Amino acid sequence: MNLTSSLIASGQESEAVEASVNYAMQASGAFTWMWLLIAFPLFGAAFLLLAGRRTDKWGHWLGVAMSLASFATAVVMFFAMIASPDADRSQTLHLWDWIAVGRFEVPIALHLDQLSMTFVLLITGVGSLIHIYAVGYMAEDPARRRFFAYLNLFVAAMLLLVLADSYLVLYFGWEGVGLASYLLISFFQYKPSAAVAGKKAFVVNRVGDIGMSIAIMLMFVTFGSVTFEGVLGNVGMASETANTWIGLMLLLAACGKSAQFPLQSWLLDAMEGPTPVSALIHAATMVTAGVYLIVRSGPIFEAAPTAATAVIVIGAITLMFGAIIGCAKDDIKKVLAGSTMSQIGYMMLAAGLGPIGYVFAIFHLVAHGCFKANMFLGAGSIMHGMNDQVDMRRFGALRFVMVGTFITFSAGWLAIMGIPPFAGFFSKDKIIEAAFMHGWIPGLVAAIGAGITAFYMTRLWTMTFTGKARWTEDNQHPHESPKIMLIPIAILAFLSVSIGFILAYGDAIINWLTPVTGYAEQETVLNHYIIEYGTLAMVIAGAVIAYLQYRRDVPITPPQHVSALTTAARRDLYGDAFNEAVFMRPGQWLTRSLVFLDSRVVDGAVNGVAALAGGLSGRLRRLQTGYVRSYGLWMLIGAVVLLGFLILVRV
Amino acid sequence: MTPEYYIILSAILFTLGALGFLVRRNAIIVFMCVELMLNASNLAFVGFANQWGNLDGQTIAFYVMVVAAAEVVVGLAIILMIYRTRRSASVDEPNLLKF
Amino acid sequence: MTPTPISAAPEAAVAMGGPFLFWVCAIIAVAGAVGMLVSRKAVHSALFVVMTMISIAVLYISLNAPFLGMVQVIVYTGAIMMLFVFVMMIVGVDASDSLVETLKGQRWLALGTAFAFAALLIIAISNGFGSIAPTGSIEAANAQYGGNVQGLAHLIFTRYVVAFEVTSALLIVAALGAMMLTFRERFAPKVSQEEMSIERFKRDKHPGNLPGAGTYARHNAVDTPALLPDGSVAHESVPNALIDRGSERAVNRADVDEVRTISEGFDYVDGDSVQLDEEEGQ
Repeated sequence: MNLTSSLIASGQESEAVEASVNYAMQASGAFTWMWLLIAFPLFGAAFLLLAGRRTDKWGHWLGVAMSLASFATAVVMFFAMIASPDADRSQTLHLWDWIAVGRFEVPIALHLDQLSMTFVLLITGVGSLIHIYAVGYMAEDPARRRFFAYLNLFVAAMLLLVLADSYLVLYFGWEGVGLASYLLISFFQYKPSAAVAGKKAFVVNRVGDIGMSIAIMLMFVTFGSVTFEGVLGNVGMASETANTWIGLMLLLAACGKSAQFPLQSWLLDAMEGPTPVSALIHAATMVTAGVYLIVRSGPIFEAAPTAATAVIVIGAITLMFGAIIGCAKDDIKKVLAGSTMSQIGYMMLAAGLGPIGYVFAIFHLVAHGCFKANMFLGAGSIMHGMNDQVDMRRFGALRFVMVGTFITFSAGWLAIMGIPPFAGFFSKDKIIEAAFMHGWIPGLVAAIGAGITAFYMTRLWTMTFTGKARWTEDNQHPHESPKIMLIPIAILAFLSVSIGFILAYGDAIINWLTPVTGYAEQETVLNHYIIEYGTLAMVIAGAVIAYLQYRRDVPITPPQHVSALTTAARRDLYGDAFNEAVFMRPGQWLTRSLVFLDSRVVDGAVNGVAALAGGLSGRLRRLQTGYVRSYGLWMLIGAVVLLGFLILVRV
Repeated sequence: MTPEYYIILSAILFTLGALGFLVRRNAIIVFMCVELMLNASNLAFVGFANQWGNLDGQTIAFYVMVVAAAEVVVGLAIILMIYRTRRSASVDEPNLLKF
Repeated sequence: MTPTPISAAPEAAVAMGGPFLFWVCAIIAVAGAVGMLVSRKAVHSALFVVMTMISIAVLYISLNAPFLGMVQVIVYTGAIMMLFVFVMMIVGVDASDSLVETLKGQRWLALGTAFAFAALLIIAISNGFGSIAPTGSIEAANAQYGGNVQGLAHLIFTRYVVAFEVTSALLIVAALGAMMLTFRERFAPKVSQEEMSIERFKRDKHPGNLPGAGTYARHNAVDTPALLPDGSVAHESVPNALIDRGSERAVNRADVDEVRTISEGFDYVDGDSVQLDEEEGQ
């Protein structure tokens, strides 16, 4: 019996379970209050932004309270959902009519089912912990109230995104998330690098949003509706071409939000934001939106194999891309960012696999949300104690001075590597297995990715916590963070350890999500045992290599003579260079030539017409002599012409 | 004599009146030219009345005379006003409406 | 207008009076119009226009429109043209018009255009009348209500009564407008004759008439100054122009004595003084 199978009484049913989500059921009972989920944080954001400085003293507590209230509502909903039979777990709450043009109707409606519920719990739960943590982390920032307002806005937008009942409402939340991320990444506005990073995130996200809006337009053209019910219920009636294009456009949108190749460039720069923001973006909100979109739109991808394959390819590329970048970075937050890219790549890969992968994509997303938030907050804790130093080459031996951070971070580290019985083991191994069900290439990429993940995470862990202290003299007195920061980390660390087992026990997550996403199993191309133990062996090998290599002295300045791959990875695999050369330069050139065209040709034509009219008028006005006799002569000439014309016509 | 000749005479008189309007500068003479043109059209009306054998044309000519009388009264008053202010009766003097 | 049932022959439309009358009147009318065009003086132009209008009035009568012919004479030549002459009196009769053209090319363009206009009109009329036969008879129309005036009255007060009322309103408005335009407000009270004479006595050295030239002069001519009763010479009696020219004639000593003698009451005959009373008594 292999490890996974022993812990998960795996679904023996070999027949696939069709997704059977009902988008039409009207909400009843406790579910009629689901609007409160969004209303709480939205009210917090509006109140904190409008109330001004008077609330500086206690504003952050309001933000925390609003987030916790939303979480409490989510928990109530969750238990209400568990208490109801499967058929009643999908609830739609109609709030008001938004657009009603002829037969095209888009109401503002919220839809809560098992998939949304999972996200709502993750967003509000992890989000609340990050809120609490931020109270300590941002204690000395004069703009803390504004920060909490933005955090609340972020949570509200993300909740609207996952609770939407139609693609248009989802788009609304989607843009809200983009706005909030822009505001938070460039929160330190006085730093040019932060301002630029925010702008970059915003612009790159716009590229993805184009895909989203085109997808919505295509849906409207193809199905005449943009609600989930109208689109996903009628996928069979559309041609495969239409489904493929809608799928590809949705994938473009997901790439923008989830920092997938080729729109990954903003994620590393987004580290300019405060660390709680990074945690929020990477764990609970924002980057998970793309995965949610793909899973939610599952029927479209199932009807369009090309689009589904594209999702797998994108996921696989990004998986490797992020892992390689993570191996070369010295900035602790950027390593974590590369890791996020890579893990989201896993989720995309799983989502692209179809019913065999949807559940595990969400499973990994939840597990990742916990351990990545844990590690980001841990990194924030380290920075807090190290005078905002982020270069790992100047850390070392921190396990003695930051015991709490060390223990919790280690839990996250083991979880992401996939060491049993930590959370990552259950989720990631199931993805790798599902990838092998699809074929050799995705399976091998996923398995190798796991090895690289182990390498760079161990590198980070080793350089930070073990070895000799390489602290610089500039007032670095490493110390443990206050309790208000440590407690959320501890909770997240506990979840990092246990969430995988909790969700996998008795196939809980599979049974929970199957009604929404469907589920299927196939034969893997390789034996189960080989996959299990082979992956584990690769993970351990990667970790051991990294430990042995970075346990020794690490030079404070990064070595210059390194392999081409390392140089490339240090430069984000030339993502920015590629964007600049392929998009920015030609764009600049195009803009310049358009400006030239505008100023010379268009303006020239317009000014020319004006000059012509002016010149002509200047000459014509000479006819206005002011002499009555002259005018009379013109009248007579006119009469003669008219008379001559009439006679010519008549005769 | 057939009415045709009367109409042609009317056309000649009208043209002479128009020509006078174009070449003379004294406002009073210009006005007389206008009267001559009205008379020429009246002659045409009366000639046509003769042609068609009814009195409608004569009635119209009668109205033209009445309106001409009214017009002359106002026109001459205007000429007087202009003469008082500008000390001139030339139609070329008040060319303030030029470009 | 429905065609009249009378099958009128083309001769029915021929005006009375015959070709002779027409040609005479037509030539006079055109001559008058041309004369108006070329006269330098406005009064001459006005008289030429009167000539044209009267000949047109004759043509009206020959066209079976006696009422219009009379109205033409009374209203046009009698009232309107006299109004013109009246205004000319105010503006200045002798203000003759320069015939030099000031607008470049205006005269030749006007001549050419007018010629083309006339030619086109004549062509059109000639073409049109060749194909249209006259309908009805104007004599019959005149006779229908007992005469030309009655027929016109019938039309004016039935079919054209609205136009009549509107025209009458127009006339009133025109009269009021003319008064408005020519009215000049008086800013000072009107000066009476008494005030004017007082003013003259204050201002002039000679409030009365100046002495007439040649009084008591041997040569009864304007260049000889008058002599006043005391025998002194009155230079004011000679026109200023002659004085400026130096043509004032000198006065004899004997003449002065003679005047002085007469003024003292004696008749003067060949150097002897005679009692004037006796002479008058005879």
